[in-house]
Amino acid sequence: MNAKSFRIGGIHPEENKLTNDAVTQVAALPKQAIFPLSQHIGAPAKPVVQKGDKVKVGTMIAEAGGFVSAPIYSSVSGTVFKIDTAIDATGYRKPVIIINVEGDEWEEAIDRSDKLETVEAHPELTPEEVVNRVKVAGVTGMGGAGFPTFIKLTPPPTAKAECVIINAVECEPYITADFRLMMEKADEILVGLELLMMAAKVTTGYIGIETNKPAAIELLTNKCAEKFGGTKYSVEVVPLKQRYPQGGEKQLVDAVIRRQVPAPPAIPVNVGAIVQNVGTAFAVYEAVMKHKPLFERYTTVTGKKLQNPGNFLVRMGTPMKDLIDACGGMPEGDNKLLAGGPMMGKALTSVEVPICKGTNSVTIISDDEARRKEPQPCIRCAKCVGACPMGLEPYLLAKLLEVKNWERAEREDIVSCIECGSCQFTCPAHRPLLDNIRLGKSTVMGIIRSRAAKK
Amino acid sequence: MNFILIAVIVLGAIGLIAAVVLFAASKKFAVYEDPRIAQVNELLPGANCGGCGFAGCGGMADALVKGADAGSIEGLSCPVGGADVMGKVADLLGMAIANGEPKVAVVRCNGTCEHRPCIAEYAGLRTCAAMHACGAGETACGFGCLGCGDCVAACQFDAIRLNPETGIPEVDDDKCTSCGACVKACPRGIIELRKKGPKGRRVFVSCVNKDKGPVAMKACAVSCIGCGKCEKECPFGAITVENNLAYIDPEKCRLCRKCVTVCPKKAIRDVNFPTPPPAPKPKEPKVEEAKA
Repeated sequence: MNAKSFRIGGIHPEENKLTNDAVTQVAALPKQAIFPLSQHIGAPAKPVVQKGDKVKVGTMIAEAGGFVSAPIYSSVSGTVFKIDTAIDATGYRKPVIIINVEGDEWEEAIDRSDKLETVEAHPELTPEEVVNRVKVAGVTGMGGAGFPTFIKLTPPPTAKAECVIINAVECEPYITADFRLMMEKADEILVGLELLMMAAKVTTGYIGIETNKPAAIELLTNKCAEKFGGTKYSVEVVPLKQRYPQGGEKQLVDAVIRRQVPAPPAIPVNVGAIVQNVGTAFAVYEAVMKHKPLFERYTTVTGKKLQNPGNFLVRMGTPMKDLIDACGGMPEGDNKLLAGGPMMGKALTSVEVPICKGTNSVTIISDDEARRKEPQPCIRCAKCVGACPMGLEPYLLAKLLEVKNWERAEREDIVSCIECGSCQFTCPAHRPLLDNIRLGKSTVMGIIRSRAAKK
Repeated sequence: MNFILIAVIVLGAIGLIAAVVLFAASKKFAVYEDPRIAQVNELLPGANCGGCGFAGCGGMADALVKGADAGSIEGLSCPVGGADVMGKVADLLGMAIANGEPKVAVVRCNGTCEHRPCIAEYAGLRTCAAMHACGAGETACGFGCLGCGDCVAACQFDAIRLNPETGIPEVDDDKCTSCGACVKACPRGIIELRKKGPKGRRVFVSCVNKDKGPVAMKACAVSCIGCGKCEKECPFGAITVENNLAYIDPEKCRLCRKCVTVCPKKAIRDVNFPTPPPAPKPKEPKVEEAKA
């Protein structure tokens, strides 16, 4: 197979895809569901329910709090217990809506059948209508960052979309949720892709999949030929060499269509590409065709010491503890709990943190694997420079942060950092490069923002 | 003989021309510098330490004069010279002294290892800023001290140190110049510049936790739970409870310490008092009230 990849940097961490063959199970309903109001990038949602209100599955419980925002729907039926604060994936107590679960009653508008709806059968769908349904359903990027999807589909007038790229790379170790989704919902994903292309008014689509998922590549290639052969759409499944962080938007654009996205504030659509996660494509299908808002997702619960790691179709708001218990409970001893994979995941201090729109995985890493080694002095080997997929100089950025030289850090393009952690992964001196850079990036971005506000 | 004369004339002529050019240039390109800048500079210690936030004493003098022209020199203070120097500067510039009362940095967290159990272990970059960005830290309190010593690193006067037993920084009143570097360095805004108080005596709420009572109580044994007992007790109206957190206004506080006595969580601290806080009179009715 002639596999492509992005051109700068990258690493190859151990895959550890323990749950590749674990068929997705439907997770049990939680007793109590917790919905953080901030599950996406942008303004937090605003609650539209009150304590004591009855809700059904699919009832809107919080509306979008601004343009860059998304509404939140209940994933369970029951009574609103309270609007309070609870620890979310940021590690801090944030406003949440807590719902006591009673039964499983769905809103009537949602089509719960398994019947595959096709675009041909729905001539009423216009691009505007698709974008609107996606917006109303609260669909956000399912790969982790959680950017509201409808905004991506309506690019600024200065940019013109030429293709939609489906991100099915799943380069992060351990996680298999996207792979399972592809194996189990391939037809739906392709309809989702068609809807995305329709909404973006393009006819070219790509599906980027790493070669460690040959079954998915084969399945989708066949399905694509079947579905899009002889239509106005040209869709290609692009096998990609295994390399982290290929799932980063900018890396994927480079790998698939060989175009480099310039430094921020440029986004992929500035070079003609709209990148959507494969999970997002599925969510778009369900939102548009089944009138089902985003309240369920595929999530991997994994870890080497976990008894029965698996993939779950889980209602959002389910505490991680429920899923971990379904996998045999928290392993003995000290463990590191991550929302996401080991590279980009966020370490948590509580198992009560709920599954949110962007939680693609719950990863449990044992103490000895997670423990960092003592940092040593930098030996100027430049491994981090070679590994950085954005062409930055991590050792320099980290140093600039230590001496608080924000001007220089800005000149060295610190805001381009995608926080993939390749530098820290590859550093033979175990230096906390990303910790420093992340801190500096947020400081520099604050400086840039305050400067823009002054103007 | 002749060439001596020529030399004198030539040199004289050159001198004259140069003098005219220099005179013209000095008039044409004259830069007016406020004479007060030099005078203020004279008054400043001349250590060029940068503790004031400017590159050196010259920069500070410039800022002071500009501030005086604008009508206020508030916020500018020389940490090395202290009130003494600032008083002289204010006299010279005809301004009221901005910081009349000496201030001191106060660490508003009581969450020692004993009072605030660790629920996790942080293995990343050991600075408070990095830990703060990652989450609540090693304890369940998302507001309290992280104990990595960003404030200690920021202090240029060796006035703040981590107590190895409690893990909380402590300020040396005598060394603290109230420059505010630690206040800026703390990512959680725990440190506050407060009035030093007579003989260094002051009363303050040593907690910044804004969580509701039960949550705060679970995270830390000595956190403010916003119960409002101190607010009711205070005879001077100096205490306000906002967002589940009490705050004592140093301007209104008269150091009676009744609040210290009633605080059920011992979150209010009194420092440098020669006697222990209990004021017996208000305590007794309080006990009865609690029983009733």
